[in-house]
Amino acid sequence: MTVPKAPRQSLRIGAGAGYSGDRIPPAVELAEKGELDYLVFECLAERTIALAQLQRSQDARLGFDALLAARMRAVLPACVARGVTIISNMGAANPLAAGHEVIRVARELGIPKLTVAVLLGDDVLTQIQNQTLPLMDSSDTLDSLAGSVISANAYIGAAGIVEALAQGADVVITGRVADPALFLAPLIHEFGWAMNDWDTLGKGVLIGHLLECAGQITGGYFADPGYRDVPDLARLGFPLAEVSSDGSAVITKVADSGGCVTVPTCASQLLYEIENPAAYLQPDVVADFSKVTLTQIGPDRVRVEGATGRQRPDQLKVTVGHRDGFIGEGQISYAGLGAQARGQLALSVLQERLAGVTALDKRFELIGVNAIHGDHLATGHTPYEVRARAAMRVATRQEAELVAHEVEALYINGPASGGGVTQSVREVIAAASTLIPREWAPTSVTLLEV
Amino acid sequence: MRNNVLLRDIAYSRAGDKGNRSTLSVIAYNIKDFPAIERLVTAERVKQHYAGIAKGDVERYVLPQLGALNFVLHDALGGGVTRSLCLDAHGKCLGSAILSLELDMSIDMTIDP
Repeated sequence: MTVPKAPRQSLRIGAGAGYSGDRIPPAVELAEKGELDYLVFECLAERTIALAQLQRSQDARLGFDALLAARMRAVLPACVARGVTIISNMGAANPLAAGHEVIRVARELGIPKLTVAVLLGDDVLTQIQNQTLPLMDSSDTLDSLAGSVISANAYIGAAGIVEALAQGADVVITGRVADPALFLAPLIHEFGWAMNDWDTLGKGVLIGHLLECAGQITGGYFADPGYRDVPDLARLGFPLAEVSSDGSAVITKVADSGGCVTVPTCASQLLYEIENPAAYLQPDVVADFSKVTLTQIGPDRVRVEGATGRQRPDQLKVTVGHRDGFIGEGQISYAGLGAQARGQLALSVLQERLAGVTALDKRFELIGVNAIHGDHLATGHTPYEVRARAAMRVATRQEAELVAHEVEALYINGPASGGGVTQSVREVIAAASTLIPREWAPTSVTLLEV
Repeated sequence: MRNNVLLRDIAYSRAGDKGNRSTLSVIAYNIKDFPAIERLVTAERVKQHYAGIAKGDVERYVLPQLGALNFVLHDALGGGVTRSLCLDAHGKCLGSAILSLELDMSIDMTIDP
């Protein structure tokens, strides 16, 4: 039942995870000490849903985030006691099962009353069957992937989450939603923003973008000793935004947590994974970050202003997960005098012995010399130790196993004193992208109650 | 007179991935260094620096109020993180590589010693 209420003037939103495996204690710290209204967990990377879909196809009860129960067990007590609403895409390929899992954990914790809303509608695998949609960044069309497709999920916008919040959800579980929309939705809900107030939605998207990688704005992924030192990195705190109803915000963190919130930590995150800063395409708005300003207004407090927006795109982006061959890999170490030459000889042996394998892609390289940035940037030093690495993407598992096995065989048959072989063979689940009319992805909200 | 400075001494960077493209920010510690960074860290210079890695075009966006440049390196991630054979499939380490650029700051140093 929708209960009308006066719009809020300000809101505190925390980010409890920046990826599926992220640390849990900083989220608990935020829930307990952040005086939050909302705690958001962003846990889906590009191909996560495809991998989750494979899990679900093997067991219909699975396909959601593996840490869901652990996270909920850790944060629900504080969130329920303090009235903090949780929003997360930990539903991955199976949001409904994830919703039931949250209910199960809540009962186990003895929580007397909890409303969990499950948002469905991002799974468009049925809708895209037999379509000849063009693939983004490719000259191929969707039907060229034919039988290899295992998942298709649309990046849906904030509207479904807003609907779930209006129905009184304490916890909202989604599958694929545009990451910033997880944060934009509570702002729309609480401030009563119009879904065509493009400038204001652009400001909300900026807040979401800044928070969605959690610790990457509080000093994580930033330190370079002597150049950019971060205090107490081992106890990195996660961020929260104090958002005003006009869409301006202050980024900060819990007092006495590790890390720092400075203009440089915020600027780094502002541009992270952004292409054209004037056109950040989202399902709810085309956000413009090109005139954003950042101002340090206190210790660990940065004011963020100046985002705008334009009318949303007509189409939704869809990530299509598909099988794309296998990768076989092996590594072996050489150390001491002549290590690099022996490593180089090992690579020559491998290249000759694997010449008959039809590779879709291949790499033969020396870790410690040229594995990360190639030869151009890596000249002029002689390492004490190297690790020879061969990796090939091939059509079949047998060929991938051959690559790994050839590296292992260097123990007996290769250059002197090689050691520490590791091998891996894995199927490639690749992600392709396409665009669909937004009408193909209608959403629905299902409420579950303790 | 040449006055060479390592980009690392005046700027910081972070790389991200979008499909088969790498996004790369270069941000001045001090806004007074930004005119030199803007003049010297061109899209062409970045493409040269990442020779053999950035196989496609390099685009550059300028955010003067942040003292920031944002680059998009096309065809730079071995087909994208999900199928790349690179040890660093996301191209995360590309962020630190740009900081070894040497810049001749001599023009700017005469204006603002």
